[in-house]
Amino acid sequence: MKRHLISAADLTRDDALLILDTAEEMARVADRPIKKLPTLRGRTVVNLFFEDSTRTRISFEAAAKRLSADVINFSAKGSSVSKGESLKDTALTLEAMGADAVVIRHHSSGAPHRLATSDWINASVVNAGDGTHEHPTQALLDAFTMRRRLSGVGRDLDGRRVTVVGDILHSRVARSNVLLLTTLGARVTLVAPPTLLPIGVEQWPCEVSYDLDAVLAKSDAVMMLRVQRERMNAAYFPTEREYARRYGLDGQRMAALPEHAIVMHPGPMNRGMEITAEVADSPRCTAVEQVANGVSTRMAVLYLLLGGSEPAISTDRSDSARTEESK
Amino acid sequence: MSETILIRGARILGGAAQDVLISGGTVTEIGTGLEAPGATVVEAAGHILLPGLVDLHTHLREPGREDSETVLTGTRAAAAGGYTAVHAMANTFPVADTAGVVEQVWRLGKESGYCDVQPVGAVTVGLEGKQLAELGAMADSAAQVRVFSDDGKCVDDAVIMRRALEYVKAFDGVVAQHAQEPRLTEGAQMNEGTVSGELGLTGWPAVAEESVIARDVLLAAHVGSRVHICHLSTAGSVEIVRWAKSKGWDVTAEVTPHHLLLTDELVRSYNPVYKVNPPLRTEADVMALRKALADGTIDCVATDHAPHPHEDKDCEWAAAAMGMVGLETALSVVQHTMVDTGLLDWAGVADRMSARPAAVGRLAGHGRPVATGEPANLVLLDPAYRGVVNPAGFASRSRNTPYEGRELPGRVVATFLRGRATVMDGKLT
Repeated sequence: MKRHLISAADLTRDDALLILDTAEEMARVADRPIKKLPTLRGRTVVNLFFEDSTRTRISFEAAAKRLSADVINFSAKGSSVSKGESLKDTALTLEAMGADAVVIRHHSSGAPHRLATSDWINASVVNAGDGTHEHPTQALLDAFTMRRRLSGVGRDLDGRRVTVVGDILHSRVARSNVLLLTTLGARVTLVAPPTLLPIGVEQWPCEVSYDLDAVLAKSDAVMMLRVQRERMNAAYFPTEREYARRYGLDGQRMAALPEHAIVMHPGPMNRGMEITAEVADSPRCTAVEQVANGVSTRMAVLYLLLGGSEPAISTDRSDSARTEESK
Repeated sequence: MSETILIRGARILGGAAQDVLISGGTVTEIGTGLEAPGATVVEAAGHILLPGLVDLHTHLREPGREDSETVLTGTRAAAAGGYTAVHAMANTFPVADTAGVVEQVWRLGKESGYCDVQPVGAVTVGLEGKQLAELGAMADSAAQVRVFSDDGKCVDDAVIMRRALEYVKAFDGVVAQHAQEPRLTEGAQMNEGTVSGELGLTGWPAVAEESVIARDVLLAAHVGSRVHICHLSTAGSVEIVRWAKSKGWDVTAEVTPHHLLLTDELVRSYNPVYKVNPPLRTEADVMALRKALADGTIDCVATDHAPHPHEDKDCEWAAAAMGMVGLETALSVVQHTMVDTGLLDWAGVADRMSARPAAVGRLAGHGRPVATGEPANLVLLDPAYRGVVNPAGFASRSRNTPYEGRELPGRVVATFLRGRATVMDGKLT
């Protein structure tokens, strides 16, 4: 494992499987009466959130607390950041307070990368979603969920067909999933109106389709992405209704999926937009399961990055330089 | 001004070694074995002598952003880079959209003494693109403005652009367009392409530049005026300018040194030192730009020297300012990308970095041949030098160079402004 988790591209197949296998062990903790391990006692994890995201923040918070780490939640709203403090000064402050890991959510693509490669901070950096770039722990928890449902614990996703539907252009979830699922052997197909696909997507390691109905029957998992209604105002699609008709998942479309196929959603869902209530509430929909799996997966990531109960790993500058070179 | 200088054994425009005698601000004699008792002798064996460089596109930041650059520090940087004249862009605070502001900048240039400063006037009031600034007043002022630009912003209203192109004909002016269709580039962070898609950064598509250039060359042809295209950055833009020139239309264009060398692959580092507008493009664009500069489709190299204070680059990508300093590295980058690659000889460099920009700007006394009787605006450079760029040594107040740590060839040994050395032995005087 590297010292930071910035992009799903940083993970080899072995890295990813190690995280998923570790997450399985962590999941067992959740079944205990006392849901806590002592492994990160005395370590400090800072949740640095420049964007509102209650579910990702509490998922990381629960993960760190179950590992007995001290957790500091630093929300940009109502803090010095809203008074114009720079990312650098915030980082220097956290460094001075002795943060061992910084979990960062930022509206600017590349901010976690910048934090990890700058000389502002020595802590491990975990990307909890940056702009429209990546959200690697979401991809890990999605892979964890797929593995449990489709191929079995301990295995990769070899040959599984995963269809990701929606606003690919602005989706950090899609970018991380394409990278990670491909690493794990899955075949990914992106489905979206052409306006919501990035320029250059044909060079990504995946298939692209404008037609949802054409790919449903060949999907082991369908991941529906949240589509923000305000995209309509920027002419990405004409109306919500047209979007829902062409790219929404309803009961009829769900029936076209193979029997074993699952429906996934990273949340929060726009019921009636990309997914109907009938589908969202069906047993095939893993949205709630994904939330639970998110805690286990993030426990695994923090555990592996911070070295668990091992002595604190070296975080001096030469170590950081090596990490960068190996990327 | 009365100093007499004898440059010994310099290769004028890269030709055979000759001696050049400067006196009274003028080149008084060129030959071999010249003697001039009492003259300051500059031994220049192996060095290249060119006319002093002329920059059509410099941000000196004064008035308003003296934290990043002043006319004095900017002209010192220019002299260090071999320039004897720079065009100071209008996007200052206040904007250079009145005779008063352009005269202030012009006067500050005079006082600096390091390099001639020719102010550029804004096309529209406050660079707002709505109402024409008093172009005639700026043209008639002591600054004698001939180049007008809303650089930093595009004159995107077709009617305003048409009127500006027509109006400046009265005093032989030129509109220098920052070609950027604003709606296609809302929130744009980098070149739109494979890399932007992967990095999740909002794209700045080539078509946003090319569509404006296409419109403006057609407008210039229609009204019989001349138009200059600032910092042309794409292969498609080259094709449009080439087509316009083939029609005989009075269209000129510039390219920056960074667009001749750097590509959007560098943005993968998310290091804002690579954030610039127009953005770094692809390898194919870089190669097309070099070829176009070599064949003359692109008339000149212009630095788009854009100083920014450290804090505006020491941050996350989206929060960072756009722009790079360039005056002190331009000649080295041009040597590296154009001369050392065999695309352009030193006479070509003199043409693209001195004669043609001076012609576009209608600047008297600059961009002249190195010949007897001509003003002694000259730069002497050592092409054999190899050095690693270290911004700590810059004369500019800002350090936002994309070349830090990169080895580049060539070094300015001396710069002469009307016979007076502004740089000697590689150091500002």
